[in-house]
Amino acid sequence: MTTMKITHHLTDDLILGYSAGTLTEAVNLIVASHISLCDECRAAVESYDAVGGAVIETADTVAVSDDCLDGALALIRKSPATGATSEKKRRNDPVLPAPLLDYVGGSLDDVKWRSVGMGVKQAILKTSPEATARLLFIPAGTAIPDHGHNGMELTLVLKGAFQDEDGRFARGDIEIASEDMHHTPIADLSEDCICLAVTDAPLQFRGLLPRLVQPFVKI
Amino acid sequence: MLGSIDILDADHSAAVAPRDTTCDAKGQSAARTRRVTEKTREDSAEWVERIVRIRDNKDEAAFVEVFGHFAPRVKAFLMRSGADAALAEECVQEVLATVWNKAALFDPSRASVATWIFTIARNKKIDALRKQRRPEPEDLPWGPESEPDQAEIIGLQQESEKLGAAIAALPEKQRDLIQKAYFGDLSHSEIAEQTGLPLGTIKSRIRLALDRLRHAMDQR
Ligand SMILES: [Zn+2]
Repeated sequence: MTTMKITHHLTDDLILGYSAGTLTEAVNLIVASHISLCDECRAAVESYDAVGGAVIETADTVAVSDDCLDGALALIRKSPATGATSEKKRRNDPVLPAPLLDYVGGSLDDVKWRSVGMGVKQAILKTSPEATARLLFIPAGTAIPDHGHNGMELTLVLKGAFQDEDGRFARGDIEIASEDMHHTPIADLSEDCICLAVTDAPLQFRGLLPRLVQPFVKI
Repeated sequence: MLGSIDILDADHSAAVAPRDTTCDAKGQSAARTRRVTEKTREDSAEWVERIVRIRDNKDEAAFVEVFGHFAPRVKAFLMRSGADAALAEECVQEVLATVWNKAALFDPSRASVATWIFTIARNKKIDALRKQRRPEPEDLPWGPESEPDQAEIIGLQQESEKLGAAIAALPEKQRDLIQKAYFGDLSHSEIAEQTGLPLGTIKSRIRLALDRLRHAMDQR
């Protein structure tokens, strides 16, 4: 695989939240997917994890009960003798990074797309309900007309590219749109675009999307 | 960034002051910092050695030592994240059993033992307290090295010790907010509510604290 130039990265807030374990499942999923493609943010997460380790080392402690250790020893004695070899080998896919393959349950071919009109397809991934993760397939040259957001919207490009008021987003790039942002993303003409989109206001978005999506070729 | 701001205040300099520094107004803080620095200096390598003994020899004595040190820390972490004492202890047992079972996966050239255990406890928190899966990133294409380089291990472990000392040397308010961010399962706005501090102050304080830490790490 050729090295790619990722120009749109995670924010410090998202990296801290991922490391601390305070994000919702859908947001964790898009962060894990971006990190799978981006060494820079992976390194950032590892340094935040290091802060977490140092915090746990320097903070207060709470004594455990007398039989806590015995319980742990009992657990390790009854767990089957395993080594690193028992770690399951994760699959590879040229488009979907491993965390997404886990959620799709196979490869890109196993994605259960549903048409939302005008050639655009989506597949909602099963996560906890506070936020929604969906794969989007946007045909080359198609635009999603100007829309606002009810909450936060994160978009990670997996294949192809799109362009909007904030710049051009290609494989590995993540766009972080807040509540007050309005934009008109347009997929590149040369290639169909596949994205992972995470929204924390799923109900409004679910109803609106089919009406919003229209064919629109800019050039 | 904040490169132009002098973030090495007196309190912070104390962390790198030589042992025989005369005790001044900051003396108490400096003494505490030195204690942490010296303690972690021996500990870091020792904890790695104990995990290796667990990995290679299934050494229960080494496990008991790891448990003794980390179980009360993991319990505090889980309770501050919202678990009651009983659930926290159950999770502590599972976290430490994971340390035993996955000792072969620990890579001392990438993390300290405390960091590794923190990530296991963090994942357990998501799994047990929030009943959610934790999506993990794809493994690096070149995979874990079978026998990590000794110099890399020493370098990484020394950096971890520095980080611990830097956190211990933070002004209390900053240290407290960093702990809340990791332990309390608090968003920035919830921290704002709890502390009565405006949101911008908290964000910049956390950023400042992390910059201080980065700065401390660069002073090698
Ligand atoms: Zn990145």
